[in-house]
Amino acid sequence: MKTSLLQLIAANLAKDLRLEWRSRDVFNSMLFFALLVVVIFSFAFEPTAEESRRLAGGLFWVAFLFSTIVALNQSWARELRNGVLDAYRVSPSAAEGLLLGKVLSNFIFVALLECLMVPLFVLFYNLTAAGPLWQLAVILFLGTWALVVNGTFFAALSIRTRNRELMLPLLLLPVSIPAVTSMVSATTAVLTGESSPATHIKLLVAYCVVFTAAGFAMFDMVLNAE
Amino acid sequence: MLRGENGAGKSTLLRMIAGLSEPSSGSILLFGRKTRDARASIGYMAHAPLLYDELSGMENLRFFARLYGINSDTPLQDAMRNVGLDPGLARRVGQYSQGMRQRLSLARAIFHSPKLLLLDEPFSNVDPDSASQIATLLVQRRSADNTILLVTHQLGLLSEMADEFLVLSAGELSARTPARQASA
Repeated sequence: MKTSLLQLIAANLAKDLRLEWRSRDVFNSMLFFALLVVVIFSFAFEPTAEESRRLAGGLFWVAFLFSTIVALNQSWARELRNGVLDAYRVSPSAAEGLLLGKVLSNFIFVALLECLMVPLFVLFYNLTAAGPLWQLAVILFLGTWALVVNGTFFAALSIRTRNRELMLPLLLLPVSIPAVTSMVSATTAVLTGESSPATHIKLLVAYCVVFTAAGFAMFDMVLNAE
Repeated sequence: MLRGENGAGKSTLLRMIAGLSEPSSGSILLFGRKTRDARASIGYMAHAPLLYDELSGMENLRFFARLYGINSDTPLQDAMRNVGLDPGLARRVGQYSQGMRQRLSLARAIFHSPKLLLLDEPFSNVDPDSASQIATLLVQRRSADNTILLVTHQLGLLSEMADEFLVLSAGELSARTPARQASA
């Protein structure tokens, strides 16, 4: 009997959520890093409301970009422990089910972190948005997806290298530059209200579509590469 | 049965047959198909248990069963009982003894009734009673027209059921002996 892609994604997602619920490896390391960024930068300067609006977009995405990298390394490391990835590779299931299940679970972890950290950003940096908040929600969604979909793919690519913690940012950060620039510019545009974030949002949508499709098309090769 | 000194290439050969490594030359066909297309017919047990430490035995098997399109718990419970484990055991695999992990790993390799079973040292870390229980299970599977390729240093347990003894030396097949001749 063949399993549909949706069933495979659901099985992988449920497994990842259960593993994380029991170990909390990924979430704790992300939370610790994001908290450090928020607190340390709040000591570094005492911004006025106007200054905060200009700086927060950058700070916000720096915190989530590096937290995501920490999470991605952890989420693949558990597939290497006890050689579990080999059991997946021996099975007749589609590799894409593993990728999309992991992308969704990582997306949920980062989104949860954002839900916790956004109020802290508002509090520590005295933030108020001049533009519409729904646009901020769209940017958060697209930015998180862009980081996670790309990051999950590149983390799988670097998982079997000796220095995988170093390799992932080396591979991921250059490829993420267009997405990160769009996220930061769009966030700053909404917070300051000085310009429209529409172009940056369109760029983010294009980035998400291209890299989701590319990851989907190439993941089987990455998973089975020796 | 596959034998050979440490580093002879026994585990590598099993990995190649399982489709986890590419041979440097030549190709492998299983049941007339490429390894990749015959994956549903393979059961693979490696040195590592290939199990999640944070999940219980049944949770592990349930996850892997979904990869094979199996949605029922019955074959999973049967597989656990066959290797001498209680399907109701809620303890996480991380808290299992080495022998229990080994047995669960075998259950993971057999729950989908594969036609070809690749076993790398299935008796290591297993107590004598469990080892003979596993040996009985393998004899049953072989009698049901399944093929078993087994790497073991504990020849006594299964030497009577083997059809052939293959000896690897430095990656080359150095001897191939029918069982009757070997025991003579």
